[in-house]
Amino acid sequence: MSNFFTDNADLRQTLRSLDLARVVRLREDGYAQARDFAYAPGDFDDALDSYTRTLEIVGDIAGEFVEPRAEDVDRAGAELVEGEVVYAPGIVESLERLTQADLMGITLPRKYGGLNFPVSVSVMIVEMVSRADPALMNIFGLQDISETVNKFADDEMKAAYLPRFASGEVTGSMALTEPEAGSDLQNVQLKATEQPDGTWRLNGVKRFITNGNGRISLVLARSEEGTTDARGLSMFLYERDEHMRIRRLEDKLGIHGSPTCELQFDDAPALLIGDRRRGLTTYVMSLMNGARIAIAAQAQGIAEAAFRAAAKYAAERIQFGAPIGDLTAVKGLLADMRVGIEAARALLYETALIVDTKEVLEHRIAQLQAAEKAGEAPPAGPDTDIKTLRGELKTYTRLAALYTPLAKACCTEMANQVAYDSLQVHGGSGYMRDFAVERYARDARITNIYEGTTQLQVVAAIGGVLGGTLAGRLDQYDAEDFSATLELLARVRHARARLAEATARVRDAGDVRFRDFHARRLTEMAIDVNCAYLMLRAAQTDARRLLAAEYFVAAASARVEGAAAQVLGGDPSLLDALTTLASG
Amino acid sequence: MPQLRIVVLVKQVPDTANVTGEAMKEDGTINRAALPAVFNPEDLNALEEALKLKDRHDARVTVMTMGPPAAVQVLRDSLYRGADEVILLTDRAFAGADTLATSYALSLAVRKLGGADLVLCGRQAIDGDTAQVGPQTAEKLGYPQITCVSRIDELSAPADGEAGSGAITATRSIEGGFETLTSPLPCLLTVTGEANDPRPASVKMVMTYKGIAAEAMPEYDDSYLNPESDDAEVCMLGRDGKPVCRAKVVQWDHEALVADREALGLRGSPTRVKEIESVVLAQSEARMVTPDEAGIAELVHELIEEHILG
Repeated sequence: MSNFFTDNADLRQTLRSLDLARVVRLREDGYAQARDFAYAPGDFDDALDSYTRTLEIVGDIAGEFVEPRAEDVDRAGAELVEGEVVYAPGIVESLERLTQADLMGITLPRKYGGLNFPVSVSVMIVEMVSRADPALMNIFGLQDISETVNKFADDEMKAAYLPRFASGEVTGSMALTEPEAGSDLQNVQLKATEQPDGTWRLNGVKRFITNGNGRISLVLARSEEGTTDARGLSMFLYERDEHMRIRRLEDKLGIHGSPTCELQFDDAPALLIGDRRRGLTTYVMSLMNGARIAIAAQAQGIAEAAFRAAAKYAAERIQFGAPIGDLTAVKGLLADMRVGIEAARALLYETALIVDTKEVLEHRIAQLQAAEKAGEAPPAGPDTDIKTLRGELKTYTRLAALYTPLAKACCTEMANQVAYDSLQVHGGSGYMRDFAVERYARDARITNIYEGTTQLQVVAAIGGVLGGTLAGRLDQYDAEDFSATLELLARVRHARARLAEATARVRDAGDVRFRDFHARRLTEMAIDVNCAYLMLRAAQTDARRLLAAEYFVAAASARVEGAAAQVLGGDPSLLDALTTLASG
Repeated sequence: MPQLRIVVLVKQVPDTANVTGEAMKEDGTINRAALPAVFNPEDLNALEEALKLKDRHDARVTVMTMGPPAAVQVLRDSLYRGADEVILLTDRAFAGADTLATSYALSLAVRKLGGADLVLCGRQAIDGDTAQVGPQTAEKLGYPQITCVSRIDELSAPADGEAGSGAITATRSIEGGFETLTSPLPCLLTVTGEANDPRPASVKMVMTYKGIAAEAMPEYDDSYLNPESDDAEVCMLGRDGKPVCRAKVVQWDHEALVADREALGLRGSPTRVKEIESVVLAQSEARMVTPDEAGIAELVHELIEEHILG
């Protein structure tokens, strides 16, 4: 019996300690939804109980059903047969299971058949599915595109499409990338032409589209003829018909079960989502931020699987007359992996909570505005002052824009390190296909590339790291009660001071090249210091987590120290040598 | 076309598949307190067959169990998976029942429901392993039975107003192969673990029914016995003591079944445990038998000598 929720003490502890009370109250409209929906919670304890039960069900499906199929899925891969994608059998079976369990509209509103769960709980579900099979997680996780429809489409489109997502009838894809527009999406060329009846026709090619065979695709296309920048792009909803051809499937290093398609649109009919010209600037950014958290969770799941494989192997493999797990060198690797996983998890769920808070603030403000417009009394409960809420939303929007790339960079780089170390613990056996770890290593490798490479996450985060957003949040952490671990707090504060010195140095240098060169280090330091505070917080009440925090702070302090020395001692003129050194 | 009426008989059992150290008492009987109570695995397979039929036909799935109030958990588990209504047969008078008394009570309950087109149950329970309750219930109901079903091949639903119309074809596992039988409806099937891989609980259903307790309303509405009636709902008490009318759940005691008390529970159970022997298998070395005529002949001869065969 294998349950990926009940066997994961850190994840369960995370759910218990996550401060979701306000998020859930606002999301549930002060628990008024319980009047209309039999499965809506009556209070916070009821909601938490429902989340826990759901996570146990997902944990059971992941451990008992999905994971045992993952190897066959990897071997079979997805195939293109006569122009149509055929999933590995395990993918089809697992999707059916998850659909039967009603898990295809996790965050969607109940009126469309969704569960109306917070992002934080959804991330936990994604993490467990990914631990079982990262390739399945891609297809399962793409239910998230329905969230973009929910946020930006009109009521008619929502009513037409969202129930089909929630029931599991359709899966989807995000059709953004083109051969000449990868990281640089403003260069998208696929053409959208408006028809007299107000519908649109799409013409062009999309490449590297995960699950591009899905029934519904959100397509980024150039709707404004003659434009070349982001503001000429709009977002369209396309439902599969004979006007789109899957030209090829990529032959990839990992996530074999997840089809990566090249799509050719020939006069394909599509519907405009929201407003013209906001496709990239607003909608893709929203879509992408959701996807980045999902990929961070995917990486987190792979890391968990890789660590457990290593710990199991180390306990069973006898060399020199004893399990190799008894060797200090191996213990050190395993402890690094485990503590790295827990630190990243802390940052991941801190990020999820920030995103959750931002979303419920948006929801609440819209609700208050609607009541005001209709001349009705504001909905009951606290949080009725629209001005205060707007101020808070501004803060949380900034925090979400900083923490999402931080979490994505942190979790995906961590997962690669853990998969690497896990393979190392396995020794020669780990290089063989007999053990799952080689699959974890291959699957982890894409996580720090797609939905924006780590380098792009650094670009997205550096403004918040250098500006006041990060410092503001760290100040908040610092004001919490850490009285149980004062000595450790002093070390975290010291690391924070070194980060502050390094950021000041980069700011003061006023040299874009110097900033871009050290942005990676500053971001890594920011992640370390942030995780250190979060680990410290968790350590206040939990003896095992105190050990993890001590171990983490020791290593993180040293890393921060080294990075700070490099930034502070850095001579901008040395960067002149960069071009020479980087040339092939 | 009338709605197909399916009744599934289920049992809550100690989890003998995951046995721990204290699973057995000194005298060799099961220590129920040490084993978690679970849905009898093959009963879950029977429920899955019922739900699969419901996916394809207009059907109403009623799940029934006999047991202590705590057995309501298997009924909740049934609702989580899509059962339409659940019935708990619980009464001190039912306690200590062997297969005879159990099948008597279950058959009365099916009758009280007005009969069924199809009764499904697991082949056997993992605690008693008798595989007798299904067949005995069929006998008492006067229904034909197909036991050890590993596949339901075809079902033609009964036609409107034509009693005895409709048929089911099912494949059963027999020694050395399979057997496919067709029976008129109503019919009772016992289902094996080979039949399917039961669906998971729906999280929406879990959230809907998780708080429901096994307490019938003081005066439950008999109109529920008529599936066409809109007032068929019987309310349960929720956690806060208020009626929750989401599920159709009832609780029946021996009076509700109009049962002969002498045929119920311990009094109605002729089965007596004469002796329990705790057999400890001594570990010994494995012996290889050459896989040819001579090797097999020698092994058979040896088994006959040992009185294991013949």
